[in-house]
Amino acid sequence: MLDTLLLSRIQFAANISFHILFPAITIALGWFLFYFKLRFDLSGNPVWMRAYRFWVKVFALTFALGVVSGITMSFQFGTNWPGYMEKVGNIAGPLLGYEVLTAFFLEATFLGIMLFGINRVPQKVHTLSTLLVAIGTSLSTFWIIALNSWMQTPAGHELRDGIAFPVSWMEIIFNPSFTYRLIHVLLASGLTAAFFIAGISAYRMLHGDSKRAPRLALKTAMLVAAVLAPLQVLVGDLHGLDTVKYQPAKIAAIEGVWETQKGVPLLLFAIPDSENRTNHFEIGIPRLASLILTHDPDGEVKGLNEFKGEHAPVGPVFWSFRVMVACGLLMIAVAWIASYRTWRKQPLSTGFLRVLVACTFIGWVATLSGWYVAEIGRQPWLVHGLLTRDEAVTDLAPGNVALSLSLYLLVYVVLLLAYIQTLRVMAKKSVEVEEFETEPPTLEGSLPNVDKTARGSST
Amino acid sequence: MMDDHWLPVIFIALMGLAVLIYAVLDGFDLGVGILLPFDAGETSSESQRDTMIASIGPFWDANETWLVLAIGLLLIAFPHAHSVVMYHLYIPIAIMLIGLILRGVAFDFRAKAAVSQKLAWDRTFKAGSLLTSLSQGFMLGQYVMGFDTGWQAMLFAAVSALGVTAAYSYIGATWLALKTEGALRQRALHWARRCGRICFAGVVAVSVINPLVNPGVFARWFEYPLVMFVLLIPALCFAAFIWNDMTLRRQLHGDSRHVARPFFVTALIFALCFTGLAFSFFPEIVPGRMDIWEAASAPESLRFILVGAVLVVPVILAYTAFSYYVFRGKTTELRYH
Ligand code: HDD
Ligand code: HEM
Ligand code: HEM
Repeated sequence: MLDTLLLSRIQFAANISFHILFPAITIALGWFLFYFKLRFDLSGNPVWMRAYRFWVKVFALTFALGVVSGITMSFQFGTNWPGYMEKVGNIAGPLLGYEVLTAFFLEATFLGIMLFGINRVPQKVHTLSTLLVAIGTSLSTFWIIALNSWMQTPAGHELRDGIAFPVSWMEIIFNPSFTYRLIHVLLASGLTAAFFIAGISAYRMLHGDSKRAPRLALKTAMLVAAVLAPLQVLVGDLHGLDTVKYQPAKIAAIEGVWETQKGVPLLLFAIPDSENRTNHFEIGIPRLASLILTHDPDGEVKGLNEFKGEHAPVGPVFWSFRVMVACGLLMIAVAWIASYRTWRKQPLSTGFLRVLVACTFIGWVATLSGWYVAEIGRQPWLVHGLLTRDEAVTDLAPGNVALSLSLYLLVYVVLLLAYIQTLRVMAKKSVEVEEFETEPPTLEGSLPNVDKTARGSST
Repeated sequence: MMDDHWLPVIFIALMGLAVLIYAVLDGFDLGVGILLPFDAGETSSESQRDTMIASIGPFWDANETWLVLAIGLLLIAFPHAHSVVMYHLYIPIAIMLIGLILRGVAFDFRAKAAVSQKLAWDRTFKAGSLLTSLSQGFMLGQYVMGFDTGWQAMLFAAVSALGVTAAYSYIGATWLALKTEGALRQRALHWARRCGRICFAGVVAVSVINPLVNPGVFARWFEYPLVMFVLLIPALCFAAFIWNDMTLRRQLHGDSRHVARPFFVTALIFALCFTGLAFSFFPEIVPGRMDIWEAASAPESLRFILVGAVLVVPVILAYTAFSYYVFRGKTTELRYH
């Protein structure tokens, strides 16, 4: 039953799902760190440095997990989807190559200086390294999302003997869904990191941490989230309108529309039944889906009947979408309440801090469900309209793939548990000790051989 | 169409460079991982492990990126070869990736997880480094043998696995000899001599067997008059081994000059071995099956990425040099963030 194709799909999904957990945090956490560091440089106020010190450790751990799982990703294409590279390698190869050249080296090298070089380079250079790491992660997102979006909405290429050749790199990179997806993904990272910071800070406060740094980090994170969350809803909506044009089958699955119809309701709940091609237990708001998608309450929405045999499994897409949107709405509520209290200078209650702790990983839930909508919704295409997954899969024996998959799964489960456990240990430790476990740096910088007594005070 | 003909040549050169830089740079940090000591009942071995790991802390991530670049270039420039290689090496690649994952995460977990778990993560570190270098050596052996699965080929791959592991330990030990002091440095010098000799035996074994089993390789190496010239490579390699061994011995006995020399001589040995290997096969990219022109991808794509590579690679090399400059000198203390 478990053939190479299915196993390869499970393996790819497991690997990228594991991988994306860490970039989802680090992309934006890098910018938060830069902000903390910059505030310290500008004000000299040590509380910013303390916030930086704690979060840079979390960043290092998260980054390491992102790097090692990413290396696995870069082998995945060749090991399991050889047909992919043979057919669209002319497009995918250079985009991946630019990611390595412009982003990976940059972030990896300056990460070393950012983590270990604080007492070895002048502070300005250290802050610059922090900035370069943040730029590196964002550039990496740029290239990989260009590739992913090209797979969703291919453009700028031509087919010769069934192989894709590049015609215009501008059109390939700035393909129709690229801008929406890039912004949506960057905002997703911003929200994931913000709730992560707030959740761990709240955890520290609940464990009796009376220092200022976690309060400051929490406040910063929630203010950022209060702005990004509504923006994300807006961008998500525009993204969906774009998808109507290019991948109508995906939208039909998202909305659970089996037959093309007018005045489509927005379903809040339903159990899609792909055998009988209908929904059970529908609860919906009349005409709202038509209104959103066509800006006309009676507008026509294409149903899955038009794509029989070549559309995605409806249930997973339908439900993932609802999970993502629910998370988005919840994020708005939480971030606005927190920001309102901050603005009114009211302290956060224990109950609310608990809510924040519960939301620590809400960004992961939303991000993963978002990717499932986008990726599963694209099936059976691997590159929309060009390449199906059956054409791309390797002809290795299933046993080999089963072996590698079991190894990966085992390692991933252990690592995920270790990661969360370690975050907890770090948070608890920081309640008792001050974040300076090494001497505080001074604004003038402290080069290796400089007299060690010439350091600033550490109040 | 002159330049279309040259594009694959340029890319194989770039790829070769990336592989070589990877072998030297990640080689030394994998080697340090392999050498981590766990002496029973000795408290100093923990602090030695701390220093050893601190000596590679700022570099390993960037070093590993050269692997990503090499594999990326294979994929970008020679997609057909990429598919063949990945197909045949599926399991060793998976094992190598697991090794890289374990090693990479152990870096951070050992310093941040609960203290009681530090030892376990250090063991993971060592195991991951070993797994990675063994599987890389195994893959090299398989590649040279044209992915043959007979027992002779397997035996050869096993020898190659040990050889590469010894080579990484060799360069790792010379790195430690450069970056550390005191008792640890003495130890590293011992390691370096021992690993150097094993590595030498491995290189000899591979260089003897390779031309014997691959007739094409034999013809190429022993063709007159080229033979006069190319035999310089093994001769230089031999000399480098001897010279290094002598330097190491002198340093063991307290000579404190030229601390960096063993590391650079070992890097030179890597470069010579690599040149020899490249000379054996060029222009074939999958031995006996495919040359670089058959495997190349579209010129449009190659040109697009070449522009980027020409602009960016020098910048990468520059900031890499900057980072080694920032962390120059002895690693005396563990300054974690
Ligand atoms: C650059 C390409 C790329 C990128 C950035 C992503 N994917 Fe993907 N995804 C693929 C390229 C791809 C693929 C190679 O095209 C797969 C493999 C098999 C397939 O059908 O599509 C795929 C399949 C695939 C599947 C299996 C779908 C199925 O077979 O039913 C899942 C669940 C995901 N992906 C999830 C993700 C997640 C969580 C991502 C977040 C980072 C992600 N993908 C990014
Ligand atoms: C399927 C496609 C993907 C591949 C092949 C891939 C490959 C890689 C590789 C090789 C690395 C390690 C780089 C290093 O050595 O520093 C990495 C890290 C990273 N990737 Fe991916 N990746 C994929 C998907 C994604 C996506 C979708 C995103 C963003 C939305 C992303 C963002 C990042 C970032 C920011 C890092 C830096 C490490 C970190 O922040 O944890 N990647 N990726
Ligand atoms: C609440 C309103 C939201 C709407 C209307 C919305 C809409 C969408 C749509 C339509 C897609 C699929 C696009 C396609 O593949 O064609 C998508 C994907 C995605 N969403 Fe959302 N989204 C919302 C909130 C969120 C939130 C809060 C997050 C994460 C914090 C998030 C993260 C993602 C991600 C990572 C993807 C996959 C990448 C992509 O295709 O952009 N979304 N979203």
